[in-house]
Amino acid sequence: MVTGAFGRLRGGLRRTREVLGRGLERLRTTRGAEREHALEELEQRLIEADVGVEAAVIIRDRLEEYLRTSPGPSLEELVGVIRKQLLDLMRAPVPPPLAEPEERVAPYVVLIAGVNGSGKTTSLGKLARHYAKEGHRVMVGAADTFRAAAVEQLAIWAQRAGADLVAQKPGADPASVAFDAVTAAKARGHSVVLLDTAGRQHTKVNLMNELAKIRRVVNKAHSGAPHESLLVLDATVGQNAVSQARLFHEVLELDGIFLAKVDGTAKGGVVVPIIRELGLPVRWLGVGEGIDDIEPFSPERFVEAMLAPQ
Amino acid sequence: MFGTLTARLEDIFSKLQGKGKLDEKSVREALREIRLALLEADVNYRVVKDFVARIQESAVGEEVLSSITPGQQVVGIVYRELVRLLGDEAEPILWKGPMPLVIMLVGLQGSGKTTTAAKVASLLKARNKKVLLVAADVYRPAAVDQLRILADQLEVGFYRMDDVPPKEICTGAVERATREIVDVVILDTAGRLHINEPMMEELSGIAAGVKPRERLLVLDGMTGQDAVRAAQEFDKRLDLTGIIMTKLDGDARGGAALSVRAVTGKPIKFIGVGEKLEDLEPFHPSRIASRILGMGDVVTLVEKAQEKVDATKAATLQKKMRKGELTLEDFLDQLKQIKTMGSMDQLLKMIPGASKLGLNASAANDHELVRMEAIISSMTREERRKPYVLNGSRRKRIARGSGTRVQDVNRLLREFEAMRKMMKRFGSGMRGKKMLLGQFH
Repeated sequence: MVTGAFGRLRGGLRRTREVLGRGLERLRTTRGAEREHALEELEQRLIEADVGVEAAVIIRDRLEEYLRTSPGPSLEELVGVIRKQLLDLMRAPVPPPLAEPEERVAPYVVLIAGVNGSGKTTSLGKLARHYAKEGHRVMVGAADTFRAAAVEQLAIWAQRAGADLVAQKPGADPASVAFDAVTAAKARGHSVVLLDTAGRQHTKVNLMNELAKIRRVVNKAHSGAPHESLLVLDATVGQNAVSQARLFHEVLELDGIFLAKVDGTAKGGVVVPIIRELGLPVRWLGVGEGIDDIEPFSPERFVEAMLAPQ
Repeated sequence: MFGTLTARLEDIFSKLQGKGKLDEKSVREALREIRLALLEADVNYRVVKDFVARIQESAVGEEVLSSITPGQQVVGIVYRELVRLLGDEAEPILWKGPMPLVIMLVGLQGSGKTTTAAKVASLLKARNKKVLLVAADVYRPAAVDQLRILADQLEVGFYRMDDVPPKEICTGAVERATREIVDVVILDTAGRLHINEPMMEELSGIAAGVKPRERLLVLDGMTGQDAVRAAQEFDKRLDLTGIIMTKLDGDARGGAALSVRAVTGKPIKFIGVGEKLEDLEPFHPSRIASRILGMGDVVTLVEKAQEKVDATKAATLQKKMRKGELTLEDFLDQLKQIKTMGSMDQLLKMIPGASKLGLNASAANDHELVRMEAIISSMTREERRKPYVLNGSRRKRIARGSGTRVQDVNRLLREFEAMRKMMKRFGSGMRGKKMLLGQFH
């Protein structure tokens, strides 16, 4: 599944890449005040790619130092410096990769959370399809009982993915839906359960407590569950993504990030401060509107896609 | 709203204000920090550059350095420039022209178009307009159902058409609205990426077909640096008439809100400040600038209060507060009224200096309000009027009655007492506070 997806990812990140490429060319061919100006512009480009002020300054300083100590660098060398620096910034103590769903823990329960409009339901649809294609029997739990027509939307995705759905009436207790979904999956022999939750602002204490409750109740239905708590982040969100990740992490002990909508312009940079400051791994990228537009995240490939020449 | 930015700026200013006289170095340092604070809040790089340059210019021009209150003067300049950045005056809806007024909502996926469509409908319905909500998002699963449910809740008109392209849905809706003498037609279009050529083409087609007088971009307030680019693209296609900034109730850093007007020249008309359908406010640049600088937004607070609060009751209460005669019964009344005005954290953010007092959203969330209400409701009338009769066994009873613990009852009583004292002090100090705010108007 990955071959075509890499192309899509690169397409999505093309803008970032173009923007960096131009800046580097100017940096290479100028000196003195002009170079200073080019460096500033590069800093600007990095900030515009959402990598955050801190990371942008670090990379700028690193490049400046490199230009001072090694005169006449090639474009490739400069790209190399940035690549290394970006990778270093993302080399936080990331927890080991999660076990793929196993027989032993079946059903493998994934709890999916995020702020409103981040793309939870769509991302869940893609995950459902991914697991179904790998031969799993997938159950989807519609624990977003708040937003109008959320269940209908999820039902359509579940059907497209070939997954089963557990839902209750709008306004039902989301924890009870989650409990039902997990219990039903156990009884009917599903191997993967994906739980959709309502979008919530991470600063709303009571809504975050509701999420904690869902997590507790799921654990009662199936010991060890949820095996994976995923936060869906909209890639167009700026530095606020860091505070979203931090607050959801406090409540859910996140296992990773699903970065959705990596198909617009100037994307992806926010991954850097998230990994750097929170040590949270990015697990998946959503790279399009189709159900198969999903791919696993790898820092190397991500940076490569950001920097590679066209 | 914009809490992080506010905290950073307050920090910078308090450093300046601590000094009797400013030298050039400390002004330069402050400007550098303002620049960083804005960049970290996702404000567009170029916008930040211009903004800082203008402040520098004014600061020199106004001879801030020789002033006796240089810190205050810098705050004043920043406030003025912020207002300017946000667009100076509030921009109302374009009512003038033939009826019905057609409002077209466009935006990226997940920016909140459908919810916003309903919020706008709710706002206009409250102004006695007849509204028709149109489901023109035929792509996102169940988007049409979502809008129908919201239209039902609001009891406003709803229009859908199956198996036809969005352009025809919109044309059909406007025809029906004209026939049925509807005041406002709100088109909820599908979310799309600004670089998706066919989808952007579709928007141009709809606009050409129904000629909407208002073409509003719905933009997620948490959007990062990409906000500006998306806004420019939508503007290029549709010549937008304005922007609705959503999800400002969280801890959005404010970058999108601060950049978009400067870059596109298009005004922000409304802001979404909560999940409920009435959580949409007209956008007032001066009030928002004031909130960003931690000076609160007393004007909006008073407006909200006027809408919901009984005036004679309020006057009596104020007198009691000033004299320090507030009882738990009055307090209960207040709690109930506050609940009708909006959520606690929304209100707190409008109070000048609330963040400095440590009154933040988590300290006073809505859940706490419910608990306080339960505790006071479990008291007898006598106890509410004379809290000093509350001995141990009464407190135990109240805790049981309200489903809380004795500690909670104790805490409430302690806080109430502290508040009563603060109110009394605040009452006598009112005059000084007014003067402080006065200098910005």
